[in-house]
Amino acid sequence: MTFRAPAVLLAAVALLSAATAPPRTLNVVATTPDLAVIAKAIGGDAVDVKALAKPTEDPHFVDAKPSHILTLNRADVLIDGGAELELGWLPALLESARNAKIAAGAPGRVSAAQGVKLLEVPTSFDRSRGDVHALGNPHYLLDPVNARLIATNIAQHLGGVDPDRSAAYQANLKAFLTALDAKQAEWQAALAPYANARIVTYHKDFIYLAERFKLDVIATLEPKPGIAPSPAHLAEVISAMKAQRARVILVQTFQNRRTAETVARQTNGIVLDVSQQPGALPGTDTYFTMMDSIVRTLVKALAETK
Amino acid sequence: MNRLGPTICLGALLLGVGPLGAQQGPDSTSRGQQRTLDSLSLAMRALQARLDSAIDAQRTAAPVAAAAQPSRAPGTYMNVSFVGLTSAGASTARDLDRLEVGDHDPRARGFTIPNAELALDGAVDPYFKGFVNLVHKLDQQSETLVELEEMYVLTTSLPANLQLKVGQFFAEFGRQNAQHPHSWAFADDALVLGRIFGADGLRGQGARVSWLLPTPVFAEASFTVLNSAGETTASFRSLESGTIHGGIPIDREVRGLQEMLYMPRLSTSFDLTGSQTLVLGASGAFGPNNSGPGARTSIEGVDLYWKWKSPRASAGFPFVTFQSEVLSRRYDAESRIAALDGVTVLPAAVLKDVGGYAQVQWGIRPLLVAAVRAEVLRNDDPASAAFTATEREDRDRYSTNLTWFPTEFSKVRVQYNFDRRAVMGNDSSLWFQFEFLLGAHAAHKF
Repeated sequence: MTFRAPAVLLAAVALLSAATAPPRTLNVVATTPDLAVIAKAIGGDAVDVKALAKPTEDPHFVDAKPSHILTLNRADVLIDGGAELELGWLPALLESARNAKIAAGAPGRVSAAQGVKLLEVPTSFDRSRGDVHALGNPHYLLDPVNARLIATNIAQHLGGVDPDRSAAYQANLKAFLTALDAKQAEWQAALAPYANARIVTYHKDFIYLAERFKLDVIATLEPKPGIAPSPAHLAEVISAMKAQRARVILVQTFQNRRTAETVARQTNGIVLDVSQQPGALPGTDTYFTMMDSIVRTLVKALAETK
Repeated sequence: MNRLGPTICLGALLLGVGPLGAQQGPDSTSRGQQRTLDSLSLAMRALQARLDSAIDAQRTAAPVAAAAQPSRAPGTYMNVSFVGLTSAGASTARDLDRLEVGDHDPRARGFTIPNAELALDGAVDPYFKGFVNLVHKLDQQSETLVELEEMYVLTTSLPANLQLKVGQFFAEFGRQNAQHPHSWAFADDALVLGRIFGADGLRGQGARVSWLLPTPVFAEASFTVLNSAGETTASFRSLESGTIHGGIPIDREVRGLQEMLYMPRLSTSFDLTGSQTLVLGASGAFGPNNSGPGARTSIEGVDLYWKWKSPRASAGFPFVTFQSEVLSRRYDAESRIAALDGVTVLPAAVLKDVGGYAQVQWGIRPLLVAAVRAEVLRNDDPASAAFTATEREDRDRYSTNLTWFPTEFSKVRVQYNFDRRAVMGNDSSLWFQFEFLLGAHAAHKF
């Protein structure tokens, strides 16, 4: 009997504190910053979002460092691209993270590409064609239609993991989609005068943007995905650019700008510094400002080279 | 869609109830009709919700299924990969099997196939992941040798941040012992690992439990228990340990827990800056040896790994790494009969070895890496020691290499070694390596 009073008191305190404690912030981890900013837009203040890849680094080659293991161990939700972009590092991290909440198939695991129609899905598997992703091209977020699907997926999963705040996530989703619709119309209007404009990219990482906004990627500086540019291939690219009057070359922060400059010098071209990852360039901290930056940069260059 | 059936039936039933209700009094008729309408409305709303969710599900699932099906077929349920390594080169040394200490090292002039490794892995079920490494290699007479290098399961969902590994596996002692040759920065194993763990590295059958500590920075503690017999536990109950103590190894069977090999390890890691990471570790291995019925061996080691990678890294380049391990072994040899003549009685002795290496890798630009390594091995047996083995002579080695990766699936390496051995003298070696990878894209550990 002597033990009961303190026990009851403790239980009462515990219940009271549980009832009055503010709801816990969800730890959301995204593999790449583009997924992270969409998660933040949907989760708002209810989530703490971390991205594993830096915005400036090649997301194919992120180090599986121990601090990432710790981050994943403490995650409530993991958002990965779902198209094997992270194949070279995420499985090693998950193997050590020992967190069932974010295991494949768990409510806390968001495979962002769910519902996205991936382009360039290979029909056969042959690495002589380069480092081709087996599920299709994973650089899909530059198509705002795909951003819509991904935001919806994230909102559904956040609501599943944290049902008490499901309505808030849906409200944030609605606001995000409304803004996205307006922005998409704006981007389409800005690029409409340049329909079928011919551009060159370093890697096959702008095909979704090209598909949505009717641009024509006539060549990549890489001869095949993941294969370093060779002089012979660059000569072909230069010939193609001259023949097809393409003068714009898109390069991301981690790609070899000097190679692009060499080609630009031969073709009277312009090298554009762009990034698919928010935060890689100044003033691109959200999905919208990142897309704004890409569209604005493209429009300016296409106008100059028209 | 099957669930829509009962709802439609319910709606039809409710519609059918309506006329029956109309045969009763005005009030009851009105109430009945209202109930019917309410029920009908409810059923219609349920039907609409189900239709909506069914359409949503179809809309989201169909493209993924279409995209996933063809590409998933080859690796369904299991990743399969193969690593093939060819080495070639020459050395001024004639005793290459002593000069090079690892089983995957180039140990002959001319060409060798020191490693052809088939790796399988995948989820066993929701609770375990399975890993298998089958190694083929050609010996100096071109005979094919096969070994089950690793085969283990790893738990995925134990509580309290615990993880269990059971099977045959490389011991997590230090940094390089658990790595496969594909991940090594050099064409050969570190001298100190060869001397203390033997040519095959320290591995065996057993279990390991590890715990991710609830600390603000990464910290992991692990404890491994292995069988202590065989060539993969060379400093313990192995026939090879005769080269350490010089006696005839006794047939020491497992009588109790004291005949098992125990290995604690603690490692931690810090991100010094956004682009620099440091990993520190301390390991131990304690078990019986076969110089006598109560003899024991203890091995201790510390390891350090530091990496800088450019925040604008392309394909992971440029980067600089520094890696170092220092190990010491205390081998308590009991009084034993010398293997040399089978007659001489060697007195009990404490045989101590210490050694280490330090290496720097510089990822100069995408797919090109330069590296340097310095190694040292010493034994501190007294000059009056009754037995001294050439295998335990003091030695140093300095190496440098250049590695070019045409892609992340192939590798070409050229390496120069300068060896200085107390008994055997100085030697120079030049080695070439060509390695290719087929199949599943393996994820790289840090």
